[in-house]
Amino acid sequence: MVPTTYYIALSAVLFGLGVLAFIFKRNIITIFMSIELMLNAVNLAFVAFSQRTGKLDGQIFVLFVIIVAAAEAAVGLGIIILIARNRQSLNVERVDLLKL
Amino acid sequence: MLPSAIPTPEDFYRVLPEVLWCGFGTLIMLLQPFVKNRHFFTFLALTGALLGTGLSVISGAFAGPGFHGLIESDAFSVFFHLLVGTVAALVVLAADPYLERENLAAAEFYALLLFATAGMGVLAGAQELLTAFVGLEMSSIASYVLAGYRRDSLKSGESAMKYFLLGSFATAFFLYGIAMVYGATGTTLLNQMGAGNPQSNLLKLGLAMILIGLCFKVAAAPFQIWTPDVYEGAPTPVTALFSAGPKAGAFALMLRIFATVPAATHLWFWAFWILAVLTMFAGNLGALVQTNLKRLLAYSSIAHAGYILVAFAAVTYMTSDLNGSAGPAYAAVLFYLVSYAMVKIGAFTIVSQIGGAGEKHLSIDDYAGLGQRQPWVAATLSLFLLSLLGLPITAGFFGKLYIFKAAVESHLIWLAVIMAVNSVIGAYYYFRVIVVMYMREPSAEMAAAPLVRFPITVVLVLLFTALGTVWLGVAPNQVLNFILQPTLIGGLR
Repeated sequence: MVPTTYYIALSAVLFGLGVLAFIFKRNIITIFMSIELMLNAVNLAFVAFSQRTGKLDGQIFVLFVIIVAAAEAAVGLGIIILIARNRQSLNVERVDLLKL
Repeated sequence: MLPSAIPTPEDFYRVLPEVLWCGFGTLIMLLQPFVKNRHFFTFLALTGALLGTGLSVISGAFAGPGFHGLIESDAFSVFFHLLVGTVAALVVLAADPYLERENLAAAEFYALLLFATAGMGVLAGAQELLTAFVGLEMSSIASYVLAGYRRDSLKSGESAMKYFLLGSFATAFFLYGIAMVYGATGTTLLNQMGAGNPQSNLLKLGLAMILIGLCFKVAAAPFQIWTPDVYEGAPTPVTALFSAGPKAGAFALMLRIFATVPAATHLWFWAFWILAVLTMFAGNLGALVQTNLKRLLAYSSIAHAGYILVAFAAVTYMTSDLNGSAGPAYAAVLFYLVSYAMVKIGAFTIVSQIGGAGEKHLSIDDYAGLGQRQPWVAATLSLFLLSLLGLPITAGFFGKLYIFKAAVESHLIWLAVIMAVNSVIGAYYYFRVIVVMYMREPSAEMAAAPLVRFPITVVLVLLFTALGTVWLGVAPNQVLNFILQPTLIGGLR
């Protein structure tokens, strides 16, 4: 059996990749996907910890995270469509009206 | 035997404000296709906001843990329910003429506002981290939509996008922190976390990530980058909400976490010290160079988050020192949140009216000559600015004084000195606005424009906030005694 530590390490790696993608990617959709990656890393960690402690509540938390992430995606995609319509571009560097 | 999963009626009394806010929000959305009169929805939203706020007293009467310890109904949560509920009611009043002027749909705006308020209420009462997460998201997701509510405006869309991306990023950190804390202690219930090993690295890392997530929400440096952009682009009544509501909710959760989790208290002291210094300087130095009043107020709200974090450093110091009592430092935070919310809502309401159709007149130069043209408005705005600065006979004075006192009593002399230096820097840009209003002649274009009308709802908001600012500045004891009552602060532990 694979030790739970491996799963936790994997979730940390996924979360780190999500952070890197969030910082370095320029397309809004890709940035949005990197956030989803981070949230799924959280889900993996919850399940792994739940397995380690022998309690089921960690798996219930995952359901909550999935539901909230879906709600967030609904709003987020709406905002992205608004940006795409108004500016004809999905590059975040073009979205620069507000600055110092 | 397992406890019954069916909630008791008492459980529902304990979340009565949230039930009412969500209920009225849903009702407004259901009635939206049938009623054309926008003022009807203002009335309905105002009723809902005030009803929820008033009935939070009932939830306080049923003090105790609800839903098997997921939420806690105590004087502390009632205090925050009163605060965010009042903020919601004021924003409803301020938004009514704004929405009409900008020709925006009223019903959805109010519904989202009430949902966001319910989220902040959950955040203030949460006794369990995942419940706190759901509350945080309820308020955030509604806020993302509200920030982009002026759909045709490029700035509003940009504001929504920045808020959404950075807010979700912060949420992911917050959640990963929860997962780690869960892994380290086997529970997400705050009052059971004390049993875990406080030296566990996993627990420390988890608490640090939760702190990062919350710092994004309260706009503490170095996580404050989004604040000026989002505040500037969002519709001004929404900016008023952002500067008061979600901040109060996130600070409430922070207070609860380290009142109940001993590991957090020890770990977060230096974090708060550094965050406070960075945030004060980021806010005040950023505000110096601003020419746009809305943006200036956004930077000032970063600076004020820094002042509150000074009190947090004092709280952590006091609780780690067994002889000290943390009561006054906690009270300083709560008092500051009240005074600050009142002032910020008043100031942004004036900005919203002066801004005119399409929010064109946001620059400080547009306020030139306001002292002669509309003396009452100029006087009220000056009062708010002086309160933000912290001059006597305004609420801000006592707010700052209590924080200063808490910092000195915890021997955080350097922090107190840095705070004083920052207040002096703040004086420059607040006075600059006042000088422009009273000493400079208006531009030809502004002089020719008709006087800005202030409808009755806006006058009500300004009256309430201005009188409240003076009242807290003259007689702070009533509010302070309410905060210092043993069940409110003492009930946290």
